[in-house]
Amino acid sequence: MFQRNYETVFILTPVLSDVQIKDTVDKFVNLLKELGADVINVENWGLKKMAYAIEKKTTGFYVMVEFKADPTLIRKFEVELRREEKVMRFLTTVLDKHSIVYAERRRKGEFNKKVEAKEEATK
Amino acid sequence: MTLVNEPINRGEIRKKYCRFKKHGIKYIDYKDPNFLLKFVNEQGKILPRRLTGNSAKFQRKVAQAIKKARHLALLPFVTDGLK
Repeated sequence: MFQRNYETVFILTPVLSDVQIKDTVDKFVNLLKELGADVINVENWGLKKMAYAIEKKTTGFYVMVEFKADPTLIRKFEVELRREEKVMRFLTTVLDKHSIVYAERRRKGEFNKKVEAKEEATK
Repeated sequence: MTLVNEPINRGEIRKKYCRFKKHGIKYIDYKDPNFLLKFVNEQGKILPRRLTGNSAKFQRKVAQAIKKARHLALLPFVTDGLK
């Protein structure tokens, strides 16, 4: 079965409690698994201040999901994302060979070193 | 009022280079706003190639990444005093 790497970032309304946020995220991850995708990585960036207001809210809970899936599955997944009211905005991107390499390095935390290096410098 | 060819101080104009080719960066991440801020001016508009010195291929990638970041509210569409 031909599978491509995808990456979806979606923003949840900040009004939710932690339990609700966790349930929503798990709901989508399980949905992906049911549809036959294998989820590589789920990252909660947490509550972030947005550059502009979406649905009258200035902060949002950012979640990123990296998965490998069959291209036909994306439509179903996105219908579900649209149907969910808690999700304010989402963006699914396909990963080409360069971005796959980048994603792996990012997961290994190669890029956080720069941040750590700066922190050490400032100490 | 000397209209005769004034000496243009060549030294100042350094040869612009495409930072992606030079450092071998292959993928521009739309999720990292701090890096993208280098290609956006005070009002959040995308800087042209003649200022950033990017090659055409990577300028297109940067533009796409910035538009994706704007969609996800990581970068503003228009603002003032962004830096």
